[in-house]
Amino acid sequence: MRVKTPSINTAKAPSGIPALLKTAGFNALIALVLFSLMVGVRTEAGSDGQLTYWTRFGEVASLVAAVFGGSIVIELLKQWIGPTGAEKLVPPAVQSGMSFLGRYLAPALLIFTLLVPVIFYDQRYILDLAILVLTYVMLGWGLNVVVGLAGLLDLGYVAFYAVGAYSYALLATNFGWSFWICLPLAGILAAFWGVLLGFPVLRLRGDYLAIVTLAFGEIIRLVIINWQELTGGPNGVSSIPRPSFFGIPLDNSDNGLAARLGIEYSPTHRIVFLFYLILALALLTNWVTIRLRRLPIGRAWEALREDEVACRALGINTTTTKLTAFATGAMFGGFAGAFFATRQGFISPESFTFQESALVLAIVVLGGMGSQLGVALAALAMIGGFELFRSLESYRMLVFGMAMVLIMIWRPRGLIGHRAPTVYLTKAHAISSDLVKEGHG
Amino acid sequence: MDYFAQQLINGLVLGSIYGLIAIGYTMVYGIVGMINFAHGDVFMIGGFIALITFLLLVSTGLTAVPVILLIVILVSMAITALYGWTIERIAYRPLRHSFRLAPMLSAIGMSFVLTNYSQVAQGARVKPVPPVITGGYTLHESADGFVIQLSNIQIVVVITTIVLLAIFTWLVSRTRLGRDMRACEQDQTMAALLGVNVDRTISMTFVIGAALAAVAGLMYLLYYGLVDFFMGFVAGIKAFTAAVLGGIGSLPGAMLGGLAIGLIETFWSAYFSVEYKDVAAFSILIVVLIFMPTGLLGRPEVEKV
Repeated sequence: MRVKTPSINTAKAPSGIPALLKTAGFNALIALVLFSLMVGVRTEAGSDGQLTYWTRFGEVASLVAAVFGGSIVIELLKQWIGPTGAEKLVPPAVQSGMSFLGRYLAPALLIFTLLVPVIFYDQRYILDLAILVLTYVMLGWGLNVVVGLAGLLDLGYVAFYAVGAYSYALLATNFGWSFWICLPLAGILAAFWGVLLGFPVLRLRGDYLAIVTLAFGEIIRLVIINWQELTGGPNGVSSIPRPSFFGIPLDNSDNGLAARLGIEYSPTHRIVFLFYLILALALLTNWVTIRLRRLPIGRAWEALREDEVACRALGINTTTTKLTAFATGAMFGGFAGAFFATRQGFISPESFTFQESALVLAIVVLGGMGSQLGVALAALAMIGGFELFRSLESYRMLVFGMAMVLIMIWRPRGLIGHRAPTVYLTKAHAISSDLVKEGHG
Repeated sequence: MDYFAQQLINGLVLGSIYGLIAIGYTMVYGIVGMINFAHGDVFMIGGFIALITFLLLVSTGLTAVPVILLIVILVSMAITALYGWTIERIAYRPLRHSFRLAPMLSAIGMSFVLTNYSQVAQGARVKPVPPVITGGYTLHESADGFVIQLSNIQIVVVITTIVLLAIFTWLVSRTRLGRDMRACEQDQTMAALLGVNVDRTISMTFVIGAALAAVAGLMYLLYYGLVDFFMGFVAGIKAFTAAVLGGIGSLPGAMLGGLAIGLIETFWSAYFSVEYKDVAAFSILIVVLIFMPTGLLGRPEVEKV
């Protein structure tokens, strides 16, 4: 019997121009069929409910041409770079450069971030964007505990964000509680929900866990939409109180912070305050994560990520370990949610869709799961990139999805780096064969 | 009682549509071991292609409904199958030997690409279609005037599903391709050594799954009379729930699970609340996974070290 080669694509031996054109032509033909109806015929419901259509053959032609050209470029690049191995060796010079960069980049970034409100004091847009980026940095660091450290794929992280946001919004609007009382409560409530969800489902394996967390996120969103008496349904909760500077309001009144300090009031004060607030929260997340990683529980998380069966064999209680990771991540999500509510002053279920979960997850994955600096840089790149594409509103999620696929193919372990386990054996120890023989020890 | 019977019919019809989508999930999971997160969007693409083909055919002046439906079903199956093939080729094949979460994340990305691609290409507004298959039968009329209706479209949906299932079962159990698929499901390396073209078999799995999803998309279009770019997400999760409920990897299980989810959703809307029908479906997913991780007809998975 003839054994066929298991791969069609990579075993393309002839690499001349005819083969190149053949591949490109084939891809273009496929693109033509794919785009012919979906792009070539545009349907729209008219005002009387009648469907009309018009053709757009120009767009199809340009798309097909783009695929043709693109596949030629990709094939040429493939031949240039050569076959891609699983692990590429990094030259030592680059490696030392990277470690140098890694050592000084984080403090430099931190100092720059601290100075952002000073440098861009007059530019409200940049300050708002910086607050947004920091919110996602915090969410990314929070989810990093679950995905990056413990290796549990959580597709419903936004649920905890929503729990935090609604906890603060409802407590503050109904009972008039201050932000500083509600903040820990929001975190505790989110962690409580994390435990509640985690307790039954954490026995599941990776993919199943992902789907269950996704379902949980959707359930939370649907309950928020439909439980109108409590949450206001699709209209959301509005006029959420702004945070105060530990009891001193940041407004134009006589006992506001500006009046007490004797300086002229400016609305930017509140923005700057919010900026430092989220920065402090994010740094708290980072600090707690770094500290936890040195504790037995953090070590257990990393061990769990590397090999669950081995963990169990070594006597680690995997359920408790997973649960603490889940609860810790959820708590930070809750903090971020409370901050989100107080910053916006208005929240509605629209802010807590699956897209949000996927965005935070993409930040964590892109940043190299487990790497704190990587997550921060990825958040900056993602949210910054989203802002660049703001004019192309409907295209940006398209680009986002494509980026996610391409990054998975190109650098599945993340763009910036992958955090190796904190402790590991540097040298492989040979074990005598009589120790590992079957049926013994 | 009459109300119950009517809901039973509605639930079975909805369940057939979910079952057709669920087969795609369960086949891919059985062979490649990944959740094809973009499958719900493939279903949506199938609905759109059916709509466009339908519109083009009607504008040429063709009036014979059976002919139109036949052409629409063939065209949408063919093109959607090509979508399935392309998705596997671009997003999943390069990751087949990567770490576990990689194909899942790639699939989520692909799902976003498809959703937003059809939003960009076809606009965000809901596309309504006039009812194509009209009429029906009154099965029973009770004394207080409640009528049990069985519409023609419901008959078409159920019969199409049964016919497709018959073809599909034959394909899996009697043909060379089906044998290859079952071999790959058990052990890919061994199958490759014995002369099974693993890559082609996996591609074909995606193609068949996408073709069935296209039919589901067409049925959805005919039954509900609308498509929009976002319908793949919720339908996808529910179909996945159906696949899990039936026991992932099991083909009759997928259909059974689809029917169960369709019935539960319909009865929940009929007797409790319409608003929480999705919550009910998702809660079932969680409950099933907790208490019955192997589903109704699934085999327990052995963890090898």
